[in-house]
Amino acid sequence: MSKTILVVDDDYDFLEQTKIRLQSQGFEVITAENEEEAETLIEENNFDAAIVDIMLENDDAGFILAYKIKSKNQDKPVIIISAVTKETGLDFDAETEEEKSWIKADTFLSKPIRYEQLYNELNKLMD
Amino acid sequence: MNELKALIVDDEKGMRLSMQKTLERYEFTLEDVENEFTFKTRITATGEEAIQIVEEWQPDLMLLDYKLPKISGLEVLEEVTTEESEMVTVMVTAYASIETAISAIKQGAFDFLAKPFEPSELRSTVKKACKNLILAREVRKLEEEKRRVRFEFLSVLAHELKAPINAVEGYLGILSDRVLGEKIEEYDHIVDRSMVRVHGMKKMIEDLLDLTRIESGQKKRELEIYNITEIIKHSIETALPQADEKDVSIHLHNDEDIEMECDESEIGIIMNNLLSNAVKYNEKGGQVDIDTEERKNEVVISVSDTGIGMSEEEQEKLFEEFTRIKNKKTKEIQGSGLGLSILQKIVNLYEGNIEVESEPGEGTEFTVILPKDSGSSEE
Repeated sequence: MSKTILVVDDDYDFLEQTKIRLQSQGFEVITAENEEEAETLIEENNFDAAIVDIMLENDDAGFILAYKIKSKNQDKPVIIISAVTKETGLDFDAETEEEKSWIKADTFLSKPIRYEQLYNELNKLMD
Repeated sequence: MNELKALIVDDEKGMRLSMQKTLERYEFTLEDVENEFTFKTRITATGEEAIQIVEEWQPDLMLLDYKLPKISGLEVLEEVTTEESEMVTVMVTAYASIETAISAIKQGAFDFLAKPFEPSELRSTVKKACKNLILAREVRKLEEEKRRVRFEFLSVLAHELKAPINAVEGYLGILSDRVLGEKIEEYDHIVDRSMVRVHGMKKMIEDLLDLTRIESGQKKRELEIYNITEIIKHSIETALPQADEKDVSIHLHNDEDIEMECDESEIGIIMNNLLSNAVKYNEKGGQVDIDTEERKNEVVISVSDTGIGMSEEEQEKLFEEFTRIKNKKTKEIQGSGLGLSILQKIVNLYEGNIEVESEPGEGTEFTVILPKDSGSSEE
């Protein structure tokens, strides 16, 4: 059975492209364009992994959504994506135990996304 | 209230103290910067100590006696005058002569005060010197602000232009990788989206060009007597295709001729922007109402819609460049975020006014008031 990925981003075109790309790899995709939609889908819990942009209406929305996903199911893979790394020089990563303890994400990817890398990460995390 | 630091250098004790007393009791206002100023003072009898105090304390003003026991006032001045120094110096001396005045000014003194002088003379000389210093500081502050705004504008602009390019690049990647298979029809949606983003970008560049032309004064204004009603009717025609798509009806409630000296293209840009917004931010099947009124000295144009409206917080940011109201209802609406700042700048050319009234969920009304005789004021 194919795996379902939740993708959360406020950029309609990014959602469209990621959906098309993931579907081509055999994933089912559900999408949310804002925090409210995302929270409903997190509540329903019908997905196997999530890809969440950090900045939605609020600058740290992605972290909060990741936290909510992990609170429901700690083993569910969450990938946080962001364009902020390049533009602001801010660098997020969840390499150390300390970082993992407060940032509830398994992997960080920066935009523009390299899709090959995204597929690899997803497959690795869902093994 | 601002406190300026004044250093008084004079070897006559009585003189030092009386200058100190005058300054410490003195308070003045500069209308140009809307601020009041008072003084905090330090005094010394020697040039050597004066140099030391200038270094440590960095005063704004120095009242410097020409004739001092060891090193002279001129030597002090030479020592403390540097490229970076902002301090203004007023030379004070009993041996007033044209020569001493000239050499002091050459050395960088701002003004010259001949002993004996009345406290009122001291106050007016000090005020003049401080005004010079404060205005120079203001100019510097404004220049820094200008640089900062320019930098901010460029980085926002770069971001705004990059977003559509990223989107189109993403779609082209899907196309070139044949992600949706070999049938071209499968790609219709992504081609449509790419076109939407490219058009949005093109519109943004056009708006930017308008904006820079208006701001730089490059756009030649052609002021003539025009019938405003005709210009409005022309703008309505321009907006109709967009309105039809959303089933929005546009009504002009006053058909009378209103003549005014203006630049036809400027009024056209105002109307096109107002109508385009009234249609874009309207509900499907909504309505746009245009009303005009000719008063004795001004022309009033109002455009109201039955659209999504704005909160007060959203209204405050309305005329800032690249500001677009972002919420669930506006996410599908494309815009450069420059239209209203262009509109504002044109209205400013007429020394006119824009008023906004809006209620979330009810609609928005923009009212533009253009004084009739101001079209040529900038010429």
